Amino acid sequence: MRSTGKFAVIMSVIIILILTSLLVAGAFLVTFFWAVRSGQYDDDYTPSVRILYDDKPESEVNPTKK
Amino acid sequence: MTIEKFSYDNKIVRNFAIATMIWGMVAMLVGLLAALQLPFPGLNFDAHTTFGRVRPIHTNAIIFAFVGNGMFMGIYYSLQRLLKARMFSDALSKIHFWGWQLIIVGAAVTLFFGFTSGKEYAELEWPIDIAIAIVWVIFGINMFGTIIRRRERHLYVAIWFYIATVVTVAVLHIVNSVELPVTFLKSYPVYAGVQDALVQWWYGHNAVAFFLTTPYLGLMYYFLPKAVNRPVYSYRLSIIHFWALIFLYIWAGPHHLLYTALPNWAQSLGVVFSIMLIAPSWGGMINGLLTLRGAWDRVRDNVELKFFVVAVTAYGMATFEGPMLSLKSVNAIAHYTDWIVAHVHIGGMGWNGFLTFGILYWLIPRIYNTPLYSKKLAGFHFWIGTLGILFYTIPMYFAGFTQHFMLKEFTEDGVLRYPNFLETVVQIVPMYKLRALGGSLYLIGVFTMVYNMVKTARSGKLIPNENAEAPALEKIVVAEHAGHWHRWIERRPVQMLLVSLIVILIGGMVELIPTFLVKSNVPTISSVHPYTPLELQGRDIYVREGCYVCHSQMIRPFRFETERYGEYSKPGEFVYDHPFQWGSKRTGPDLQREGGKYPNSWHYNHMEDPRTMSPGSIMPAYPHMIENDLDTSDTGAKIRAMQKLGVPYDEHFDKVANAQLMQQANTISDDLAKNGIKVNSRKEIIAIIAYLQRLGTDIKGEKLTQAK
Repeated sequence: MRSTGKFAVIMSVIIILILTSLLVAGAFLVTFFWAVRSGQYDDDYTPSVRILYDDKPESEVNPTKK
Repeated sequence: MTIEKFSYDNKIVRNFAIATMIWGMVAMLVGLLAALQLPFPGLNFDAHTTFGRVRPIHTNAIIFAFVGNGMFMGIYYSLQRLLKARMFSDALSKIHFWGWQLIIVGAAVTLFFGFTSGKEYAELEWPIDIAIAIVWVIFGINMFGTIIRRRERHLYVAIWFYIATVVTVAVLHIVNSVELPVTFLKSYPVYAGVQDALVQWWYGHNAVAFFLTTPYLGLMYYFLPKAVNRPVYSYRLSIIHFWALIFLYIWAGPHHLLYTALPNWAQSLGVVFSIMLIAPSWGGMINGLLTLRGAWDRVRDNVELKFFVVAVTAYGMATFEGPMLSLKSVNAIAHYTDWIVAHVHIGGMGWNGFLTFGILYWLIPRIYNTPLYSKKLAGFHFWIGTLGILFYTIPMYFAGFTQHFMLKEFTEDGVLRYPNFLETVVQIVPMYKLRALGGSLYLIGVFTMVYNMVKTARSGKLIPNENAEAPALEKIVVAEHAGHWHRWIERRPVQMLLVSLIVILIGGMVELIPTFLVKSNVPTISSVHPYTPLELQGRDIYVREGCYVCHSQMIRPFRFETERYGEYSKPGEFVYDHPFQWGSKRTGPDLQREGGKYPNSWHYNHMEDPRTMSPGSIMPAYPHMIENDLDTSDTGAKIRAMQKLGVPYDEHFDKVANAQLMQQANTISDDLAKNGIKVNSRKEIIAIIAYLQRLGTDIKGEKLTQAK
């Protein structure tokens, strides 16, 4: 019985998975830095209120609210 | 600042809503059939509708058809409004819609006819895998295109959840679906055994994370505040929720493989990240529920809020239960039992289902510009649906515990008190009946909703294009800090993210996978040999019939398992298994050491009608395997494919494979004839017997050397 290959059998694919996961995580990290630096999170309140307003044109403001 | 006039595409939202409802009904009906097949095996009807095929149809239909379309419905509605822009391209929207529906139909038909890759939640064969990748990328282009053309600079938190979904699902799907086609609808995954298991559950876990969770969290952050008409409790918390969740989720996959042949450190890594996941998950749940602070009175007479509250609560329960199940001691009890079935249905029925229903009740009246047809019926749906979830999950928890404690019970003499697995199954059959009742209640609710929606749509008129106006986005004048080399990437983060991911992935996979995998397929246990051609064909029948849905091939190192099934599983035993068939649920006993346990004649009779050999068994009968001729036309191609994947068959073995196959088949049919069973050696039953008799026999001769 050979015992040398055992580690390799398990390891090889885990390297691919870890690299892929790191790649995804890294990409998100870059995006995170972009988001912070570009001021996405400078205002952490207004956006939550803004979504409550719809952009109906002035001409046809028709209250369909129940 | 110019005010621009534009319109939102409601038609695509409506189309996805219809698809959600239709596929929801279909998927749940199939689920009900599967639930009824367990206590009433007669309902397995014929070869195409056995539990092993019905259950993958149910899971695929719920995840990709019901939740998939529900996700697209919500995203197409909210994305446009959050970005103050129409979808990037109506044509791409249409291709996305019809492409996805075609994939669903293709999936249902192929699974029905037994074309499956045999990997849970990724059962679809390679042509459909490619179609999924293409349609998904189209969805991605459409989404990022809309983001680029937005009129609102800030990306609301929901959009971040959508982006994570699009990017990560694409990566997961591609990595897990790397397979070598043998024929038009048959392929082998390039990964084998332990590796295949690891990739599969890395995918499987993250599919739950990024297909069933992140998009729906995005939807929660849009539709819940809209429905209650107040901002989310803490917007800052929602941002922390998002970033923490996506950085933690992707590492938790190994918790699906605790106590298996996966190395211990990988298991522990999965456990640690799973426990950490409680924090962001509960942050999200609390954020959702606290949005209703001071407005709980609105829940009383607002049906969509009722659905949302139960959905978010179910999310909280499932995301607490998940980390608990990742603890090894808890997992030892729950793994392979109906506890897991209960767990996923809290998530599926409670979180995904109820959130989808709430969105439909909120959205359909709005895009049809009419009040909901009947609030009473909607209230009825809510209560019967909630009752359905309880009737479904409580019996399943009960069944899981009951079976586990029966299986691990020893007598004073140190032998298993219930040596026959079947005894534990018979014990929980009443629970299976109750579960089917719960599912029926839930389904009645869905039918009520669809009726309500049709009536609502009829009484109103669809606003296909909803007019809106918003100021154009002002261009940010970038002050050039000369010399910053990374300036260019910062200006196009979204495109860069996508392009770099795709490029690196393709390049990485082409380069890495073959070298890694083929080289590493060196057998670690010298007595483990490749399957004979007949066993290989038999194994493909095992995969085709979805045996892995109910039978595991993975004995954990517990005394109550080794006493029952035999020596625990070793990683080196699976090096030729494309795909791995460890399974995740034991509705029947483990089969890893099935080889040699029973005579060939037992298997023959058992496959023809399990109840003749095991009275009370709930396994489907497979008389068609006795009638069907084994298709040996592809044996050579299969051998060649396996050789390409590194299985050490002799050179030119594909030429003589069928001769060897017939030789082995004749031996088995001769043996059957001696026991009074006359059967042509060309039948499928011979191949499946050959495979079952091979299972786990390789290392029997090695036991002594291993013990040292």
